[in-house]
Amino acid sequence: MSCVLELKNIGFTYGKGTPFEKRAVDNVSLHIEQGEFIGVIGHTGSGKSTLMQMLNGLIRPTDGQVLLDGRDIWAEPKKIRQVRFKVGMVFQYPEYQLFEETVYKDIAFGAQNCGLQGDALDRAIRDAADFTGLPPALLDKSPFDLSGGEKRRAAIAGIIAMNPEVLVLDEPTAGLDPMGREVLLSQIVRYHKERHNTVLLVTHSMEDIARVADRIMVMNKGRLALFEPTREVFRKGDTLRGYGLQVPQITRIMQDLRRRGLDVPEGVLTVDEAFAALLPLLQKEGKLW
Amino acid sequence: MVRDVAFGQYFPADSVMHRLDPRAKILLFIGYIVIIFCTFNYVSLAITTVFTALFLILSRISPVFYFKSLKVILVIVIITSLLNLFYGSGEELWQWWIFKITLNGINRAVFVTVRIVCLILASSCLTFTTSPTELTDAIERLMKPLKVIHFPVHEIAMMMSLALRFVPTLLDETDKIMQAQKARGADMESGNLIKRVKAMLPILIPLFVSAFRRAYDVATAMECRCYRGGAGRTRMKQIHMAGRDTAAFAALGLVIGGVIVCNIFLPAAI
Repeated sequence: MSCVLELKNIGFTYGKGTPFEKRAVDNVSLHIEQGEFIGVIGHTGSGKSTLMQMLNGLIRPTDGQVLLDGRDIWAEPKKIRQVRFKVGMVFQYPEYQLFEETVYKDIAFGAQNCGLQGDALDRAIRDAADFTGLPPALLDKSPFDLSGGEKRRAAIAGIIAMNPEVLVLDEPTAGLDPMGREVLLSQIVRYHKERHNTVLLVTHSMEDIARVADRIMVMNKGRLALFEPTREVFRKGDTLRGYGLQVPQITRIMQDLRRRGLDVPEGVLTVDEAFAALLPLLQKEGKLW
Repeated sequence: MVRDVAFGQYFPADSVMHRLDPRAKILLFIGYIVIIFCTFNYVSLAITTVFTALFLILSRISPVFYFKSLKVILVIVIITSLLNLFYGSGEELWQWWIFKITLNGINRAVFVTVRIVCLILASSCLTFTTSPTELTDAIERLMKPLKVIHFPVHEIAMMMSLALRFVPTLLDETDKIMQAQKARGADMESGNLIKRVKAMLPILIPLFVSAFRRAYDVATAMECRCYRGGAGRTRMKQIHMAGRDTAAFAALGLVIGGVIVCNIFLPAAI
């Protein structure tokens, strides 16, 4: 595997030299491999959004370097737009960025800026709409006539249409109903599987992240507190609680059972895994069937 | 970033200037502007300058921000002082082509520069040390007498405070939308004028939509709290004049007195 993104001692201070000065990100270094699915968690104000915006050059780090495919993205500040096409960024509540007359044109905006034209552009738009589950009939509608969830999909499709190497999603499921969250999440997973791209998902839902992420970045007070495989991270319940975070409900239940002497594995992440671990125990004790 | 503007921002701190009654501050400010433009000789100009320096020090705000606010008007100051420099009357000291400099011109240039600089420093000091809510509150109270002629004082003050309240919110929003469109490759820095204006559309349209959405939200929130205009409303934060306000008026009174005395007994420089 090759390293797609590398951060070297990156840091950012807001409002330098004013009374509002604030150190948002402090000395973060890490490697992300091509094709990984990374979860990013952290308490509100832990610096995760700021960190994400530095990945595609929307904010310039006050110290350190961001390397994309081994090259410093700020080596030539005039070419920073090229970086933004390679690292696609979906912001929180992206539906507020829609502005075109039709959904089709809005999805096209980013891809056109990238230089796509004609058939390639059309295909990129339709593929992106398909990945986010937007029915073709909606493409000719005004984005302002869509429902909240559809707007969100259209906005995400606008980024996917640029076909970025790395896709960063900042809380894409915030404010959606349970069904909408579920569907959107599985679509992101499908996108990751089919395109083999790198995905970074920022979220507050430990359940979601436990299901989909290979590795998890835990941010705390601007620093990278943990960056380990998902199972390892959720094994450290107490450490996470110290950062104002939780482990998924099912992990917590299984950890409690384990503490009470039941022989179950420690890092259980999903209900299915828990089921598989508990079934033999129940059968052995003859309490089932 | 959009927010890196010093002019007109409020800097919370605990200083004598911050604690002055906002009404007093506005009245003092008006009196101060009038007197600044009534200085006609160097002694009275010096008195007002010293007075300015005094309240800038009392505001306990870093001089850096005052310099920043001056930077905004630097061009205006240079142009007006140059105009005054070359259009003075009286005996010529120096001449080249159509430009001639007279003693009167030099004096005028100095006066206009000092006056504008003092004016900007004073207004910066007012906004640096007074929060927007205090400011609109004070304006509402000061305009109260206009109610007699059915001038909607309360409504205007409410509109002002709502507008001020949403300035930072909308700036924030602009910032976010700009970031989002930049992430989609929007190019706002290059191209000719028409191209740049067109490039603003992806920012302006979502901003407009969101401004309307916020306006509806605020209206609903106000109705939920049974807002029905100004009649019979009391306030949570009462503002009271205190000893320090009297002292401030007395100080301004002294300055005004000094300037008038100087104007009467000393020859005018301009």
